[in-house]
Amino acid sequence: MTATARKIAMLPQTVEDPRKERVIAFTPRAKSSYRPLLQRLSSIGEKVLPPLIMTAVLLIIWQMAFGVEGSTLPSPLQVWADANDLIVNPFFDFGSQDIGLGWRVLTSLERVAIGFGFAAVAGILMGALVGQSVWAMRGLDPIFQVLRTIPPLAWLPISLAAFRDSNPSAIFVIFITSVWPVLINTAAGVRNIPQDYRNVAAVLRLNPIEYFFRIMVPAAAPYIFTGLRIGIGLSWLAIVAAEMLTGGVGIGFFIWDAWNSSRLSDIIVALFYIGFTGFALDRLVAALGQIITRGTAAS
Amino acid sequence: MSNYLKVDHVSKSFERGGVVTEVLKDISLSIDKGEFVSIIGHSGCGKSTLLNLIAGLTEVSDGGVLLENREVNGPGPERAMVFQNHSLLPWLTVYENVRLAVDKVFRSSRSRAERHDWIMQNLALVQMQHAKDKRPAEISGGMKQRVGLARALAMEPKILLLDEPFGALDALTRAHLQDSVMDIHARLGNTMVMITHDVDEAVLLSDRVVMMTNGPAAKIGDILEVNLARPRRRLELVAERSYVQYRELVLKFLYERHRFVEAA
Repeated sequence: MTATARKIAMLPQTVEDPRKERVIAFTPRAKSSYRPLLQRLSSIGEKVLPPLIMTAVLLIIWQMAFGVEGSTLPSPLQVWADANDLIVNPFFDFGSQDIGLGWRVLTSLERVAIGFGFAAVAGILMGALVGQSVWAMRGLDPIFQVLRTIPPLAWLPISLAAFRDSNPSAIFVIFITSVWPVLINTAAGVRNIPQDYRNVAAVLRLNPIEYFFRIMVPAAAPYIFTGLRIGIGLSWLAIVAAEMLTGGVGIGFFIWDAWNSSRLSDIIVALFYIGFTGFALDRLVAALGQIITRGTAAS
Repeated sequence: MSNYLKVDHVSKSFERGGVVTEVLKDISLSIDKGEFVSIIGHSGCGKSTLLNLIAGLTEVSDGGVLLENREVNGPGPERAMVFQNHSLLPWLTVYENVRLAVDKVFRSSRSRAERHDWIMQNLALVQMQHAKDKRPAEISGGMKQRVGLARALAMEPKILLLDEPFGALDALTRAHLQDSVMDIHARLGNTMVMITHDVDEAVLLSDRVVMMTNGPAAKIGDILEVNLARPRRRLELVAERSYVQYRELVLKFLYERHRFVEAA
């Protein structure tokens, strides 16, 4: 037998034997009704269990480190004992300063919403302008690059002097903190609009307003949302710091107030509230971006 | 000969950092209404620049482009363009991509229902009405190019400019689309100017093939009149002597007289 003949002999032969066909065919797997449910549960478990286990481990370490007599910070059990009312019921209301942390977070969120809303609108409009014009870019980009490095709190005295009121000052600090990433990212997105889309717009003679809404915003949307996501994170960072100084009702002031009256457990609970809220904000903007920019990235 | 589109002693040079590069030099070309003209040449010879000048996307340095005796001084829908890489907007569906053009061009002259019918009619012309709600990412390259063609046709352009429309497609899809374009040209009688570097495509589709010399400062080297009866069928033409001769003429121009000498 030659090598070729051997190879041919090894190839699967088409045999008209019905028995053989049955051997080749896959036997359909017996369908069980509980299988998909089990699979889904196990896939959820794979995602949920590791963070749960790690949280428990960290809590145990924390308890062991600070559970001893005379430690400087409260242990988890101590926090629960001192502040379980704050944890269990975020929305109680017993008068002006005795309210649940949920209310305080909402007050802070309202400030963030106003400040960040202005920042988003101004950032996108200015970014579109700067990205579109070479001269605006050359003139303004260095200024923006300097301004964006100024820490949020450094703006506070100036804005207090200008507004002579704590609430607009806090909102201004949010605005000035979160506007730069939105602006700079939008400008980058507009600069990166492919020439093809510009040509299409030119052939169709789209006017500037049509061009802005039909081409520029959708084409730059992935960049814009990157900027918005950074911006919302920064504004949440800034609001807590600003409220610590301006006072009022927000979650930042609560921490300052608790520090002044040595309620360390309350501070720890507040930290968790801030962390979870910041996380939720980030995910919210990311999800929004994913929905809106669907189809934009792929061409 | 009527001068529907007239490219009159056009030159184009680009300046970059004080260095002036002359791309096109003294190009003159007249195109009749309903004519199909291909421009062929080696890459880098300025074919695309010439098309962009006709489209108005690039400004001429010298000379002028006239459409129906009016000077072209900017892009517009009466000189619609089919781009090499389709240039569909990925966030719009097939239907919406065509609608963007139709709404812009016919907003004042046609009712909403008329515009809808017109969009569907143009999608039907390129056999794409079945995919009207798909996004460009969900359809094949050939389909995208069909939609690009429908969008351009829907503007009812006086002249349709095609910039290597089938360059990025595989040979079978390309042949299929060439047949579609021939069919549309026969039915609607559009004036079309197409850039290509495919000799068969040029001879098969065109009434005239404009052959460009190599750049820089490219000129029109020769113009070949293709006197083949329409409708043309590629299978019959393969055996036809005159078709083979036309091909040979273009090939000789490209590979003997103006061989592409690449700077090593």
